[in-house]
Amino acid sequence: MNWTPDQPMVSIKNVHKAFGELEVLKGVSLDVMKGEVICIIGPSGSGKSTLIRCVNALNDIQQGSILVEGQEVNDPDLDKLELRKKVGMVFQQYNLFPHKTALENIMMAPVRVLKRDKSQTEVFARELIKKVRLQGKEDSYPGELSGGQQQRVAIARSLAMKPDIMLFDEVTAALDPETVGEVLTTIKELAEDGMTCILVTHEMGFAREVADHIYFTDGGLIVEHGPPKTFFDKAKDPRTREFLSQIL
Amino acid sequence: MELFFEWFRVLYDTTGINLPFLYDSYDRGRMLDGFLTTIKLSIVCLICSVIIGIVGAWLQASAFTWTRRFVNGYIQLFRNTPPLVQLYFFYFAVGALLPKVETDWGGQAPMFGSFAWAVISLSFFAGAFNVEIFRSGIEAVPKSTVEAAESLGFSRLQIYRDITLPLAFRVCLPALNNNLVNLVKTTTLAYAIAVPEMLYEANQIWSDNVNVTEMMFFLLIAYFVLVGVLVWGMNSWERNMKIPGYG
Ligand SMILES: Nc1ncnc2c1ncn2[C@@H]1O[C@H](COP(=O)(O)OP(=O)(O)OP(=O)(O)O)[C@@H](O)[C@H]1O
Ligand SMILES: [Mg+2]
Repeated sequence: MNWTPDQPMVSIKNVHKAFGELEVLKGVSLDVMKGEVICIIGPSGSGKSTLIRCVNALNDIQQGSILVEGQEVNDPDLDKLELRKKVGMVFQQYNLFPHKTALENIMMAPVRVLKRDKSQTEVFARELIKKVRLQGKEDSYPGELSGGQQQRVAIARSLAMKPDIMLFDEVTAALDPETVGEVLTTIKELAEDGMTCILVTHEMGFAREVADHIYFTDGGLIVEHGPPKTFFDKAKDPRTREFLSQIL
Repeated sequence: MELFFEWFRVLYDTTGINLPFLYDSYDRGRMLDGFLTTIKLSIVCLICSVIIGIVGAWLQASAFTWTRRFVNGYIQLFRNTPPLVQLYFFYFAVGALLPKVETDWGGQAPMFGSFAWAVISLSFFAGAFNVEIFRSGIEAVPKSTVEAAESLGFSRLQIYRDITLPLAFRVCLPALNNNLVNLVKTTTLAYAIAVPEMLYEANQIWSDNVNVTEMMFFLLIAYFVLVGVLVWGMNSWERNMKIPGYG
């Protein structure tokens, strides 16, 4: 199937996922267009992480379909490398490679996985370091960086693969309040540059500001969704209202 | 140099302390051969046992039940039997079962000599411990770090080589060093199948010269220095591998 930019870049249809007996996703559907930023919010354990991990095949699904630029993810013969070239992911715990410097962390995947030229990759990696405002930290090891700095290296590391879509799973949840802002700024700039983003976040103010569309999950289902304005101000479902009243 | 060696002949003549491997060129040759054989045996076994450890730990994480069982069986067998018995088993039992090969002059010779059997036996012995050591190191690598590599498109082999092993290595280096030091000490067992290593050559010398006491002193000091150099090397390697701000 040939994908064209007028079709959804990510198309999730009726996805079911269970860990053993525990049903975590019970038929989730959503579409993300190119350049769109969507935020997924919802109570703990509602399956937000599970859902976005399914998009880059870190979790497999039992039923349903996930198309990423027309590539079916729910396929036993899935070309994972092809998929992961298109989809970048940033985690809550940064997950940098602790034995590599910031610059090496960023260069590693392009050089090892894509077999790109090392010196050209280094030029690009240094640009990315500048983009996430970490000049001077090129040769620091992750253990020598603050949480916020590590997370920005992790974002740069994903961007080095030149992905079409970025997944963010509560990337500020492990940070000190004063460093949350610097990471959110980086993501906002990325969104403004037209990157397609799927974010799981608890930062409601941020979601309201950057998202084109908000999805609220509870109990493995999407309960409600809409553009930020309608979603935050005119939520219809009582579960959404209760969640928002607790968190705002 | 000659003067230095001659001094030990004088020492023998005046005090009776007999160190022929210093003043006698023939014994000196034997001792040097023994020393070099010990070094060679140690280095080859070190390398082979580390390779066995790395490959074994990789196979132990295999998706196939039988591969895992095979590796576990191997570990149990070699951990729970004495290394000397293993050595005899390889040399006398397995060696006898293998076909003989033609030699250049038309005779029959065993496929492997005693040195080769010592390498095989000792490598598998130390390798069994290395598998366990590497596995514990690999288990200490966070799953989330591996997932990050996966999400960047790394294949399973690339992850093992570029992420898991380098990190696991740092975790298990102290245990690995310990095992490798043990391995070097265990090479003396090769004496039992007549590999001409240091202990064996020393035995030849004390049989000819009846200077058991002196040779024992010498052996103890020689191994102490040899293993000491290894330990020192390993420790500085451990320090070099340390990552700033980690562990
Ligand atoms: N690998 C796994 N094995 C078994 N159960 C799992 C696994 N991963 C997640 N779960 C379960 O699936 C459910 C959903 O988890 P998930 O991490 O998707 O929630 P979440 O919405 O991201 O929550 P949070 O906001 O706390 O991160 C939870 O009940 C969790 O215990
Ligand atoms: Mg989560």
